Amino acid sequence: MTDRAALFEYLLRLGDSTLILGHRVSEWCGHAPALEEDIALANTALDLIGQTQMWLGLAGEVEGAGRSADDLAMLRDVWEFRNLLLVEQPNGDYGKTILRQCLFDAFHFELLTELTHARDDRIAGIAAKALKEVTYHLDRSSETVIGLGDGTEESNARLQAALDLLWPYVGEMFAADAVDAAMHKSGIAPDLAVLRSRFDTRIDAILTEATLTKPDSAYAQSGGKTGFRHSEHLGHMLTQMQWLQRAYPGATW
Amino acid sequence: MYAQMVTSEATQDDPDKLAAFQARIDAGDKIEPKDWMPEGYRKTLIRQIGQHAHSEIVGQLPEGNWITRAPTLERKAILLAKVQDEAGHGLYLYGAAETLGVSRDELTEMLLDGRMKYSSIFNYPTLTWADMGAVGWLVDGAAIMNQVPLQRTSYGPYSRAMIRICKEESFHQRQGYHIMMKMAQGTPAQKKMAQDALNRFWYPSLMMFGPSDTDSVHSAQSMKWKIKMNTNDELRQKFVDQTVPQAQYLGLSVPDETLRWNDEKGGYDFAEPDWSEFYDVIKGNGPCNTERLAARNKAWDDGAWVREGLMAHAEKKRAARMAAE
Repeated sequence: MTDRAALFEYLLRLGDSTLILGHRVSEWCGHAPALEEDIALANTALDLIGQTQMWLGLAGEVEGAGRSADDLAMLRDVWEFRNLLLVEQPNGDYGKTILRQCLFDAFHFELLTELTHARDDRIAGIAAKALKEVTYHLDRSSETVIGLGDGTEESNARLQAALDLLWPYVGEMFAADAVDAAMHKSGIAPDLAVLRSRFDTRIDAILTEATLTKPDSAYAQSGGKTGFRHSEHLGHMLTQMQWLQRAYPGATW
Repeated sequence: MYAQMVTSEATQDDPDKLAAFQARIDAGDKIEPKDWMPEGYRKTLIRQIGQHAHSEIVGQLPEGNWITRAPTLERKAILLAKVQDEAGHGLYLYGAAETLGVSRDELTEMLLDGRMKYSSIFNYPTLTWADMGAVGWLVDGAAIMNQVPLQRTSYGPYSRAMIRICKEESFHQRQGYHIMMKMAQGTPAQKKMAQDALNRFWYPSLMMFGPSDTDSVHSAQSMKWKIKMNTNDELRQKFVDQTVPQAQYLGLSVPDETLRWNDEKGGYDFAEPDWSEFYDVIKGNGPCNTERLAARNKAWDDGAWVREGLMAHAEKKRAARMAAE
């Protein structure tokens, strides 16, 4: 794999994860448990879509094949997506949505913090901008997880069920492959093992305060960020997200 | 206009106090929450502000219907920002209503069990992407017609909420018109979609102002109190006069064969919407009334455990703080 190919792959991973999560969060619009949550969810989705525009825009530039961020978002099929499996998981109840958000935010925060030192100004610049937003995302999602975990018996049970369901998707975020290794070697991406230990420290503290029990299984699903095997959910999401671009090829909107 | 047919409440207060109150309004004073106010003024305002707030909240649904299908990342971001603004408008307005002694939860329950209304316009479906253009251009355009004068309304908190809201609404209308422009200048299919959206949204938009109220006692009272600043017909005329040239610029036809410029009055003559359809929609028989209310009820019911959980946690924290002190 050339450096450019690895960089392209890496940028797709960043942009596809924010795109797919942004889309999932936007599905809540108008249906949240309280007005403040509606506003916060729309805000989070908006930030993530904005980050997607930057990451996929840069990916298209690096690829050099004339594909725009929109082309990449709207005209690829499931097997070409490089997002984490975690973010394509359906919203479920609000507990699942907010727990998925918290797990991703805790990873995303550490990752972006490191990417601000990337030996590529474009990446460092995007990371710095995104980090401001993600700092707030993490504050909010972790506070909500704590509030609901340490709330009523029902809210605790729902959060625990969500954690049990989503925990197998945590490992993929930190499983380094050839792309991660190449990016680390060229001074762009951090060492994922270091990130994992920071993530664990933070998540352990959140879960303790939330009176939730971390599942003891270390089993990790994989296949999202490599694109080898996504879940069945992604295809359905794409049929909706890409509908107009697919139905009216070449139109401008 | 997000408040339609708001019935003003009769008021049976001390005539001297009423006269002094009216004098303040006539002098352009703002009435603040702690000031004396007639019971009818308070109740009418609750109904009107509440209806407006509910419209913002239910209004998230027809647009939310297209957020997941927005054609580009930029359009998706803009639509998200718009819907987020609307939820924020709901929040300011519920806040303004709360200063009149009614809680947001009470108002929400009245929306959910049908005691309070929201604008008839949100009971129409959004079927194509062009509807996102039509909603911004026509629906927000009609709302602005009403809301701009309401910035000068007599009730301070309502007036201040309107000032914030109007700033954002004009951006909403522009983005809607921009969507229409792209489509009107686009492929034949896009142009057809844009015309179809205008055909479906034209009359429902005219209905947003409510039926003629020139002879309405309720409207006269509300206008005297500066809760309502113009008659429904004045605002509707202004809306048509502003919108027809915009449609012409887009190369779209307003679906009204009787539409003519009238030199004498300096405005367009136009066909009235079908008011029997309007009353049907208000009564709950519009194309989407059932779905809209069901969606809001489901969100509220499904969210109960979240609200209860967060409250319980806040209570535990408060108790722990108290114990530590």
